[in-house]
Amino acid sequence: MSPQEQWIALTTIIRKEIHRFMRIWVQTLVPPVITMALYFVIFGTLIGSRIGEMGGFNYMSFVVPGLIMMSVITNSYSNVVSSFYSAKFQHNIEELLVSPTPNYIILLGFICGGVARGLMVGLIVTVVSLLFTKLHIQHLGITVAIVLMTSILFSLMGFVNAVYANSFDDISIIPTFVLTPLTYLGGVFYSISLLPEFWQGVSQLNPVLYMVNAFRYGVLGVSDINISFAFAGVAVFIVALTVYCLHLLKTGKRLRA
Amino acid sequence: MSVALSIKQLSKTYDNGFEALKGIDLEVKEGDFFALLGPNGAGKSTTIGVICSLVTKSGGKVSIFGHDIDTDFAAAKKELGIVPQEFNFSQFEQVRTIVVNQAGYYGLKKSLAEERADKYLKQLGLWEKRHTPARMLSGGMKRRLMIARALVHEPHLLILDEPTAGVDIELRRSMWEFLQDINAKGTTIILTTHYLEEAESLCRNIAIIDKGNIVENTSIKALLKTLNKEVFVLDTREALTAAPEVEGYQLKLVEEHSLEIEIEKGGSLNEVFESLTRSGVHVVSMRNKANRLEELFVSLVNGSADKTEKAEVKA
Repeated sequence: MSPQEQWIALTTIIRKEIHRFMRIWVQTLVPPVITMALYFVIFGTLIGSRIGEMGGFNYMSFVVPGLIMMSVITNSYSNVVSSFYSAKFQHNIEELLVSPTPNYIILLGFICGGVARGLMVGLIVTVVSLLFTKLHIQHLGITVAIVLMTSILFSLMGFVNAVYANSFDDISIIPTFVLTPLTYLGGVFYSISLLPEFWQGVSQLNPVLYMVNAFRYGVLGVSDINISFAFAGVAVFIVALTVYCLHLLKTGKRLRA
Repeated sequence: MSVALSIKQLSKTYDNGFEALKGIDLEVKEGDFFALLGPNGAGKSTTIGVICSLVTKSGGKVSIFGHDIDTDFAAAKKELGIVPQEFNFSQFEQVRTIVVNQAGYYGLKKSLAEERADKYLKQLGLWEKRHTPARMLSGGMKRRLMIARALVHEPHLLILDEPTAGVDIELRRSMWEFLQDINAKGTTIILTTHYLEEAESLCRNIAIIDKGNIVENTSIKALLKTLNKEVFVLDTREALTAAPEVEGYQLKLVEEHSLEIEIEKGGSLNEVFESLTRSGVHVVSMRNKANRLEELFVSLVNGSADKTEKAEVKA
């Protein structure tokens, strides 16, 4: 395929992916916004006022970046895992597999779909958060870069999950039993400086901690971890997962007989 | 005339050890209307799966209009349109969107994709349903949607895996006409079907596959010539209690108004009618008992099974 044809194939996949989650917006866009709004009310306003300061900021200001990041992570992942698995389940993934579209375009298309939903939900949650607190972004470049890289990373993880999944149960196991605990324990609601030294060490094994803190650094200018290390770690994971996803597509794992 | 499809020593062994294809060779000429027949599990769908790269082959070579599917896969895939046996589109998308998106996967600009989609949806009688979600279509409409989708990039080779399965007779006939029309305009067509009448009516050449081997590969005409007898059913005006005697022919009473007769190649039905008339029996209608191709198919597949059994006994 010529570069122009590849571009057309890519934009077709992206358009299809965006159309998919916009068509079912009540399922894809509304629930995370309601959930996050409840977090803002309960943790930010009601309980937060009794917690006092965290990391030098009032609790609402502290928790908002973490909650935005949490919505980006879960929605990027969910979009790719549900879309790709549904395409497998209904066999319409074969439309792409029989076409001349190269594997990297297929992967890029689904990842862009995941990123689009992650960023859209993140943006809506950010707008909702402005009803509760003011956001003065300290480092715009870092904020945009880390949110983009995080949504790419979790879209790739969703893709791997979808390839291996054999049932709809399989696509909810990882988000429920892995993603949610990692996110909740990834410094969304607290600074790890509050933890005993041992648990601080354990927390540093959680990759979500680095993304949440890098994003919080971009917004508030404070972080529990080294930002350069966070970016390097996310970049390495993105490269490794991209190579692995392309390998899965090339070998046709669970896609071709 | 160039070769539309070339298969050389194609083999496929699944992970569970099942050998679906045992090194088959097949060639389909450009412009042909070709039938690939075989009983369930013979290897037809595996062969098609390998051609369209949904099944990974274990060995051998496949090329489409000279483009190797391994080394020149993009060019090979552009030449190929595929209509699978099972519905494989998103049930939630609208009919026109499905066809337009498929064109996009082949790199067609949106304006051209929409133009082609509209053309084929009109030709296949789906224009009125273009904004309907695919799940709301009838079975026949879903099959036609898959044909429109397969044609939107205007491939030179179209493979249809049992396209008329579960389709009513009227619709089947209209699909036959459509396929004959696009074949006449130059598209090479390969068809698998369980309706042997369909293969006999549409196709010029045929391959029969059984247990992963090609057991016959010839023209339909040549194949039918090998038949040395036919069975006719004669409907009589008179109610009969026994089959009349006709010298040189064996008649069988099926029902009181129905006789069956087997005619050898070169035999004359005139002699039979004259003899029956003399006996006071009047024939009001006549038909072939079974599809001729069906008889050959059964004998070829049974022959292949016998050979396999003998080989197994020897081993």
